[in-house]
Amino acid sequence: MASEVVQLTRRGWGETMRRDVWWLQPLTVFVILSAFLVYATWAAFQNAHYEYGPYLSPFYSPLLFANSPHALIQGSRPSWIPGFIPFTPALLILPLPAGFRLTCYYYRGAYYKAFWADPSSCAVGEPRNSYRGERRFPLILQNVHRYFLYFALVFIVILAHDAYVAMWFPDPATGAMHFGIGVGTLVLTLNVILLGGYTFGCHSLRHFVGGYLDRMSGAPVRKKCYDCVSCLNRGHMRWAWLSLFWVAFTDLYVRLCSMGILHDVRLF
Amino acid sequence: MASETLARDVAGSGARAAARSNQSAGSTARSLTFRIWRGDAAAGHFEDYHTQVSDGMVVLDAVHQIQSESANDLAVRWNCKAGKCGSCSAEINGMPRLMCMTRLNQLDHEKPITVEPMRAFPLMRDLVTDVSSNFRQKKNIRPFTPRPPDAPDGTWRMAQTDVDRVQEFRKCIECFLCQDVCHVLRDHHLHDEFVGPRLLVHAAQLEMHPLDVIDRTGDLKDKHNIGYCNITKCCTKVCPENITITDNAIIPLKERVADKHYDPLHMLLKLFHHKDPGSAES
Repeated sequence: MASEVVQLTRRGWGETMRRDVWWLQPLTVFVILSAFLVYATWAAFQNAHYEYGPYLSPFYSPLLFANSPHALIQGSRPSWIPGFIPFTPALLILPLPAGFRLTCYYYRGAYYKAFWADPSSCAVGEPRNSYRGERRFPLILQNVHRYFLYFALVFIVILAHDAYVAMWFPDPATGAMHFGIGVGTLVLTLNVILLGGYTFGCHSLRHFVGGYLDRMSGAPVRKKCYDCVSCLNRGHMRWAWLSLFWVAFTDLYVRLCSMGILHDVRLF
Repeated sequence: MASETLARDVAGSGARAAARSNQSAGSTARSLTFRIWRGDAAAGHFEDYHTQVSDGMVVLDAVHQIQSESANDLAVRWNCKAGKCGSCSAEINGMPRLMCMTRLNQLDHEKPITVEPMRAFPLMRDLVTDVSSNFRQKKNIRPFTPRPPDAPDGTWRMAQTDVDRVQEFRKCIECFLCQDVCHVLRDHHLHDEFVGPRLLVHAAQLEMHPLDVIDRTGDLKDKHNIGYCNITKCCTKVCPENITITDNAIIPLKERVADKHYDPLHMLLKLFHHKDPGSAES
């Protein structure tokens, strides 16, 4: 018997035959990313309690236009910034790491599901009939990810320097700097390790260091780099979440120490 | 005649599965309810079937058993029963899976086990869908075009390390589960505009091949519309061959497209370097 061809009807938003708790993952992503956005925005506007002794919050690093021993450019609010625009050193630099995460291939998939239900989860119905994907404005701008990567690599160097600086404590009597490790040193060091794991596992970096080649056998250094980035890339999701959590925790730790709520313990 | 033979084979297979399961399982045999989609061009509905199952059975065994016991006209496509032919793709409890590779003990037995056809493709009858659009689309991807032979005898030389990357893509069995779960095809039915994950894997296999010299990035951007993919990774999740579709095929292709069409710095560098850094020859 000849069969005619008929398309099954489209399912509505959230309709699925899945039995598992498919909504848990997008909901978790929604809650965690929203919480991070709220906290990071609040912290960026504070313009206070971002440093404590040798520690500098990663939200304010590199520190620009501030009166602080940590500042890369000493001073206060530059005159070229119009008065109606809110200013803190964090607001100057945070768009770059934020853009890196916003255009990250992993996060894109995660927030399209969690915030835009496009789709909410695999094999679950969508709320909208139309779909343009990343072919047109504004999502075509996601292709700028590689440029944010270049800045993110610079940030890793700066944060590594911050972790190094966090190992030098002033002697209260003489003022001379002595090597030491505090809990804050470990927090800042772990922060740069996790951010490094996330940044060096980036899909764009993987392409940049060798993925664009069809024959890597003739470029052994590139092949080695490609293998290393691929190794980190396999755990990109884990690095993404761990580094996100830890960068917020690092800011919170420095903030609480600076406010006198926490006492930083010197290990040696 | 052919259909009678097929029906006899199917019935025989179901009976054998039942006998095998009864022999091997003995006291572990129990009754399960399967909610199977039945329908044709006119209309369709879910229908409940009860059958005895035992340890070790897969969904395809149960479907064959139902076919032999109570639904002789149930249409189901299958072939190897070993997860290698890609014929028995369906949606089991809402997730695209191969029926022959889904053991019953992996599934929730509290409620009837639902078995329905792939929703991304036009339905023919019951569990059988028309997947021919995939083969039509495949013809639109420019074929393998090797560079001139390396040796006078007309052969080429390739390093194993260069071949390893594309070997992963050759594991594809064309079950089209990735196409089925892709929301661009499943929910938006953009089959004519977007080639889908399976064919992007095929394109990656050609594009990254150490001998191939064709640049398909223009086609990928404008003709195959790789920009429709929004990286949900659902295709990777359902692949029975565990091909890392998104990370190893689609994203690298997106990056190659970005090199050629979206990266002004890369395009500027190309003006000063006649040798294209993105090509196989670099």
